[in-house]
Amino acid sequence: MGKVVSITGNYAVAYAAKMARVQVVAAYPITPQTSIVEKLAEFIESGELDAVMIRVESEHSALAATFGAALAGARAFTATSSHGLLYMHEWVHWTSRARVPVVMAIVTRTIGTPWNIWPDHSDFMDQRDTGWILGFGMDNQEVFDLTVQAFKISEDPRVYLPVMIGLEGFILGHTTMPVELPDQKELDEWLGPRRQGYVIDGREPLAIGNLAWPEDTEEMFMDIQKAMEEAKQVIKEVDESYGKLTGRRYGGLIQCVGCSNAKYIAIAMGAWAGDLIEAVQKLRDEGYPVGVVRIRFVRPFPIEDLWKIINGVKGVIVFDRAISFGAWGQIYTDLVAGLAQYTRNLPVLSNIVAGVGGVNVTHIDFYKLVKNFVDIVEKGEQPPVFTWYHKR
Amino acid sequence: MVGQGLIIEPINYRVPISRPKKGVAGKTGFWRTERPVVDKEKCVKCWLCEIYCPVDVIRVEPETGPTIDYDYCKGCGVCSNVCPSGAITMVPEE
Amino acid sequence: MAQTRPKPPLPYRMRDIVLPGDAACPGCPIPMAWKVLASVFREKMILVIPACCSSVVVGAYPGNSIKASVVHVAFASAAAVASGIAEALRRRGINDVQVIAWAGDGGTADIGMASLSGAAERNHDMIYIMYDNEAYMNTGIQRSSSTPFGAWTTTTPIIGKTEHKKDVARIMIAHGVPYVATASIAYPHDFYAKLQKARRIRGFKFIHLHAPCPTGWRFDPKYTVQIAKLAVETGLWVLYEYYDGKIHLSGPSRPYMDPAKRKPVEEYLKLQGRFKKITPKKIEEIKKYVDMTWDWIKKHM
Repeated sequence: MGKVVSITGNYAVAYAAKMARVQVVAAYPITPQTSIVEKLAEFIESGELDAVMIRVESEHSALAATFGAALAGARAFTATSSHGLLYMHEWVHWTSRARVPVVMAIVTRTIGTPWNIWPDHSDFMDQRDTGWILGFGMDNQEVFDLTVQAFKISEDPRVYLPVMIGLEGFILGHTTMPVELPDQKELDEWLGPRRQGYVIDGREPLAIGNLAWPEDTEEMFMDIQKAMEEAKQVIKEVDESYGKLTGRRYGGLIQCVGCSNAKYIAIAMGAWAGDLIEAVQKLRDEGYPVGVVRIRFVRPFPIEDLWKIINGVKGVIVFDRAISFGAWGQIYTDLVAGLAQYTRNLPVLSNIVAGVGGVNVTHIDFYKLVKNFVDIVEKGEQPPVFTWYHKR
Repeated sequence: MVGQGLIIEPINYRVPISRPKKGVAGKTGFWRTERPVVDKEKCVKCWLCEIYCPVDVIRVEPETGPTIDYDYCKGCGVCSNVCPSGAITMVPEE
Repeated sequence: MAQTRPKPPLPYRMRDIVLPGDAACPGCPIPMAWKVLASVFREKMILVIPACCSSVVVGAYPGNSIKASVVHVAFASAAAVASGIAEALRRRGINDVQVIAWAGDGGTADIGMASLSGAAERNHDMIYIMYDNEAYMNTGIQRSSSTPFGAWTTTTPIIGKTEHKKDVARIMIAHGVPYVATASIAYPHDFYAKLQKARRIRGFKFIHLHAPCPTGWRFDPKYTVQIAKLAVETGLWVLYEYYDGKIHLSGPSRPYMDPAKRKPVEEYLKLQGRFKKITPKKIEEIKKYVDMTWDWIKKHM
């Protein structure tokens, strides 16, 4: 049993970066990520973390400098939210397509116009196409664990892709929870020194990023797709070996709560999945055969694991905390597109988009929505496929 | 120090890494419409042509004077323009 | 400052780093300048190159026309990436490799201004070289803030640029960085000496390099060096260094402190197609600008 500290989600990220022995941090403050940068600055200036902080002048430069440091052989880390993530968006692509391992924490916050500091998953889900591995935590302990694991995943030679770890702003970011820290020496041995596929440090003349013809380029991108496939296995291995180290394992790409004998599956990602689990537990006590699948990784999308669970169930209700305007919630879209590879007989599907813009959704809402869904399907009717559940 | 080391484990897949290569754009000598011709008698071995040549195809040696690699010379004419003794003239290519 | 010629001579130091057969236009000043970099740093340099002509000059994957390390980066971030690389190398104890942000006037003075300012203010240990061909050349000769007054570009096709050049070297001086210099591809020994001086200073060094572009300025490629020289000889481009709180005028520009010694500005302008339509009134404006620049320089010497 390691040392237990009461810390916010943001501090959990900072502690994880410190214990993973990052060497370069280049970050720009933005609500609700700010306390990560501040805590890391404190660690560095006090000497607790032997690293250098580059107090960049923008998020675009933040990921650019993080990339530069990682390219030159340092374990590099940054964090941002919302508009900061959008500002650095071209760098998000540049980093993954260069196959440079980097870890970034996203303290999720909705996107404007208008100005709004409260959490949803809009900024995070906007990154699905980039080639980054996207993981999301449900509580501060998992956020700590995921951030540490992110270094091991991204630096695995089968992967060599950057990793983003998401946590909701304020809900996790600013909320204090107990977090158990592993033993530093054991963690050092488990994580090991930094690994990357190539380094540009002047030892040999190498160029990264020269103009490439279409055929060459497409081959490089196809290899990213291959690495994403391999990452599924790597994520599971890392979860398992971390479990041996700390006693905490989460189930790999998804976490299944009571879904082994369920006839209905509710799917969600992030902190509110905890509220969903609480609501479903109440429903199970009332005899409703519902299970919860919590998405831990959006990319690579865990379709195989999901299919194993969904195959044969009567209904699936997917909660999305973001929307792709003009279509549906993103987890729902990815899920249904993936399921279509396996079957023509899809279960009854329902997509609930809620909590966007930071609207608070509680276990009472989840209880109501899931119960309603199951009741309708049991009657033999079709619930609305898409609902934007708004509360005022 | 623990955790500060670095392991370069080669990447399994294709990355946009390039290595130094002469003639990345092919034999750029084909671009020429005129070629520089050196009059070794006039050359004072000042090295200005070699210093300024943008494709680095001129080599001036104290004994032999300038030699030009015509495989890559683009025929820009800078060498003839900077030569202080008029030893290089641009002659149209066939 | 007396500049002694290097031994062995400059050309011997330059050889075999900038490889023949690159994709540059004939007469391009970029590889000319790289040869001077090669004479100082050989392979031990990492060029951080944002979108600009240089991105393409080096050729296509899997080849690279320069025998040094190159990091291509997204536009606007040469200084930021160079900052990251510089800090990582310092942490890893690697002290013999020079990090050089090599960016065009667009990538420095316009889209890259914020990251340039940030890196300069944080005083990272690197050399930033803005090679100035006075327009967005790579995308087809569009106007940049560094385009001179009255010049034709594709986005100032009829009236010509209506503002004077943004003086980035002065902006860097205002940032208080340890070393700022201007240089020209026509004066390689001067550029060489400035690089040698810069590498020995710890902190952010900025060099503004004048690089005439035959394709964009509309002149026969053979005049690249001649035009760069005329820029200095007319007093339009001043070679200087700024360190220890004042300007140190470089040898080649010393004679032109005296306006009488300067060649007429018309001699410089008439060789370039981009000034074909320039009016006498605009030429007067340019002459006034030259005088104002020299006034400022003299005041800070």
